[in-house]
Amino acid sequence: MDLSYGKEFEAFRGEVKAFLKQSWPPSGDAAKGSKEEQLRRFRELAISKGYLARSIPKQYGGSEQAPDPLKGQVIQEEFNAAGAPMEPRGIGMMMLVPTLLERGEDWQKEKFVRATLMGEIAWCQGYSEPGSGSDLASLKTRGELVGDEWVINGQKIWTSSAHEADFMFCLVRTEPNAKKHEGISYLLIDMKQKGIDVRPLREMTGGAMFNEVFFNDVRTPKNWIVGKRGEGWLVSRTTLKHERNSIGAAGQMTALLDALVATAKRRKLDGRPAIEDPEIRRRLIEVEGYIRAHQYSGFFQMTKDLKKESPGVLGLMNKINSTHIGHRIAKLAIEILGDDGIVAPGERNMMGSEMDSDSTWTNYYMAAVGIAIAGGTANVQRNVIAERGLGLPRDVAADRSK
Amino acid sequence: MDFDLSDEQRMLQQTVKQFLDNECPMAKLRQLFDDETGFDAVLWKGLAELGVTGIHLPAEYGGSELEILDLAVVAEVLGAHATPVPFLSHSLAGLAISLAGSPEQKKRWLPALASGEKIATIAFSEADDAWLPEQWKLAAGATLSGAKDRVEGAEQADLFVVGLAGGKLGVVERSAKGIEIQRLETADRTRRLGRVHFEGTPVELLAAGGTAAAQRVCDVGLVLIAADAFGGADKLVATSVAYAKNREQFGVIIGSFQALKHQLAEMAIEIEPTRALYWYAAHAQDHPPENVPAEASRIASIAKSHLCERYSQVARDATEVHGGIGFTWEGDTQIWFKRAMFDRVMLGTPRLHKNRAAALSSW
Repeated sequence: MDLSYGKEFEAFRGEVKAFLKQSWPPSGDAAKGSKEEQLRRFRELAISKGYLARSIPKQYGGSEQAPDPLKGQVIQEEFNAAGAPMEPRGIGMMMLVPTLLERGEDWQKEKFVRATLMGEIAWCQGYSEPGSGSDLASLKTRGELVGDEWVINGQKIWTSSAHEADFMFCLVRTEPNAKKHEGISYLLIDMKQKGIDVRPLREMTGGAMFNEVFFNDVRTPKNWIVGKRGEGWLVSRTTLKHERNSIGAAGQMTALLDALVATAKRRKLDGRPAIEDPEIRRRLIEVEGYIRAHQYSGFFQMTKDLKKESPGVLGLMNKINSTHIGHRIAKLAIEILGDDGIVAPGERNMMGSEMDSDSTWTNYYMAAVGIAIAGGTANVQRNVIAERGLGLPRDVAADRSK
Repeated sequence: MDFDLSDEQRMLQQTVKQFLDNECPMAKLRQLFDDETGFDAVLWKGLAELGVTGIHLPAEYGGSELEILDLAVVAEVLGAHATPVPFLSHSLAGLAISLAGSPEQKKRWLPALASGEKIATIAFSEADDAWLPEQWKLAAGATLSGAKDRVEGAEQADLFVVGLAGGKLGVVERSAKGIEIQRLETADRTRRLGRVHFEGTPVELLAAGGTAAAQRVCDVGLVLIAADAFGGADKLVATSVAYAKNREQFGVIIGSFQALKHQLAEMAIEIEPTRALYWYAAHAQDHPPENVPAEASRIASIAKSHLCERYSQVARDATEVHGGIGFTWEGDTQIWFKRAMFDRVMLGTPRLHKNRAAALSSW
């Protein structure tokens, strides 16, 4: 057992550190121009060094590096430590780009990958519908081929960032007579057109991250389809050949716990710092126990990745473990706030020491519940673990034939 | 980075598992569970011949001189099999002598402990949740007068490593005068306990290691209990899943009901990540990180409290999954349920170790 990254990787770390020291924040010529221009220049430089866009081919703007989870981890650690930007966040880099690289036509990759990577265009994901949540394949938004264009009508919901997105990747029923899973196509849609109506949905925190999107004779070119007609379900499940990062989430949880400790030092309970309360102390240790277990399970998964072996059932548990830990942190935070656990939630800010204000904690108290729902509810996760992990019978398998 | 067991460690686990499958199958375990003393010298000898009794002891005294992680992965297997042997306390007693004994003391005692020919145990508890060196009150002198509680394998032990005031360690031989052993009726019948009374009993101090040795013996004990808890809890998840795939109601296996699927999934979610936690806690004993003060002790307390709480909960869930049979003496889950009770208390309850971990924190 060896928890160090080894000499080779520590040398690599030194390289990344030196690069960042010189390049971020930008200075001299690099600091000229708008923030966007500076950011773009920095990303291009980091890509040329092979630090960013590592799984993306050079011809589409990436750095095309051999998969190496440890290098990926070192880069992330060092960029985070320096406060330097990595690839643009958001669903475009996370979902659309890997899908296009795997299943898209060359011209689609040409047109969309580089622009997404450089943060020039932003995407939203058109999956859920009012009647199709966990049972996503029952979706009803329809697309008809009229001449050279798809004409799309229907409604999507829970569409994060739709109000800021330039394009949507969208699951649409194009083959109404085919079986449920075989009648869906994966279409790309320009969001800046007439017929698209984006209406914000206000969350319980008061923020409005996600939206309803209505389509009324929305048009997209015939060849803006990824995969063939009726293959949309499969395309949406394209295996993501990423450098999987199994350690990052636990790192964020540790940062949250540190912020909670800072809050416990600042807040008082019974006239004394909350950090001196024996019950609070024990609960902090309990949360740490869960985080540490999650963290070392990440090390184990990374080791398995490096050996190209399966991590087993553990690999299915990362989301729900993060969810559970988030809930424990949220519940302990509200306990530490005492009477002020009643204050209205403030700006969403879930990272590090900036977390240490009462209203960000009441925000997190609510936001943590959202994590249990977004991207596959905890109950769906339990089904997946029970069925694929423990080998128990499938639920509602019958409808796959409909 | 290589955070996984080595092939040798997996083989060690496999060897012990195979031995236990053959030599301590369920029928044998049940017999020992109901037996008056619960001890089987042949089983102990068999494990000793595999080297289980001296994994961590120096080679010059007949041990294998492996790491605490190696000891812990064996503890996991023994926990999974609910093996009725005083492995925990024997291992810790040997560790104490190897850390704090003089060369002469090591030479005198360790070979027989490494070979398993003699059984040693630790006598640390003074009741009222007093398990740790800083809590020991029994006065150290040429002789001992007083009592130690919750001593594993007290009736079989040839040698007692006794925790003494000031965090000192001493050795008392069973043949010494003034010892009286009182059997305790405790829930876990796979690891029997006794109370040991001393009345003017001669004791030999283990003077070489100072209080650090006693602290380390306790920390390693916490890791071994965590490993045992993982083995037992993992076993309970597996047997519960197997039962749910076998038992039918309403004409289908009960594992097809979502209520049960979710309960089983949650059990797995609670337990699966803890394997890496006990590995890390053991690894930290072998290779304490230099830049984090008290990390090895602190993570030992965190792992012990975390694993034992998870084990206790999963034992309740497993009993529930098994329905009526789970609540009977005849059913097997009760054996692990009670091992979880032992693990929870031995060397200090989760409450004590959360307090300790908090006290060792940088906050």
